[in-house]
Amino acid sequence: MITLENISERLSLKCKCCWENLSREVSGGYAGDLLSDVMANSTVGNVWVTRQVHQNIVAVASLKEHAAIIVVQGATPGKDTLEKAAKEGIPILVADMNEFEVVGRLYQLLHLEQA
Amino acid sequence: MPMKDKENYLEGRYEIQGRDFVDAGLVSSQIKKSLKAMGVAEDVIRRVAILTFEAEVNIISYATQGTISYYVLPDTIIIEAIDVGPGIKDIELAMQEGYSTADDAIREMGFGAGMGLANIKRSSDIFEITSEPGEGTCVKCTLMIKGRVQSEES
Repeated sequence: MITLENISERLSLKCKCCWENLSREVSGGYAGDLLSDVMANSTVGNVWVTRQVHQNIVAVASLKEHAAIIVVQGATPGKDTLEKAAKEGIPILVADMNEFEVVGRLYQLLHLEQA
Repeated sequence: MPMKDKENYLEGRYEIQGRDFVDAGLVSSQIKKSLKAMGVAEDVIRRVAILTFEAEVNIISYATQGTISYYVLPDTIIIEAIDVGPGIKDIELAMQEGYSTADDAIREMGFGAGMGLANIKRSSDIFEITSEPGEGTCVKCTLMIKGRVQSEES
């Protein structure tokens, strides 16, 4: 099974918090910027790919027990977001790529190379 | 905070302030923890987490203030979200997925997609909503858990 560390290396992600949880295994991925959509449709152990950076993303990821949040387009999560993520144990990884590219690479890694 | 805790019964009530987006999700998280500690089945907890989060965000987004109460009975879980606020003029319209009266500030945070009430209904076995324009809204959700409450699991 793929870990956050594998994903982080392959996609050149910058980890902003919870380095200690990068050995966590990833069940799959979900992409979306509408929090209700993510609440309804993502599942436990997913990496969630989003452009949102405000602290409510941590609440969603925590409630859904996501493995991590990947923030796209080099967006900078605020201090309050990172503090909350650290408290909840949710790693936030930043990608320079846009959402389309991140999801494409993740899909390749999680569903094609692992098949 | 949970007010009563017996072997097969638990209830709790939380106050929520309108526009307090910083704490959005806190109440849902507390309720989820309480249900987990009680040994409620994971799939039921997942549904409760979705609907309490949506109810919480609705109160924060639209109401002046509100409460979310939960009652865990042997065969059902009841979640009640009651708020003081503008209420909903046309419930049928508000229930339509994609319909929203959210302002730009709410939408920029990824809320206000018009999915909240539909998500709440979908996560409930019985969904009831009443609203009085100018006074507030009451949402009551019932989930059937017969045979699903496990014993003594943390």
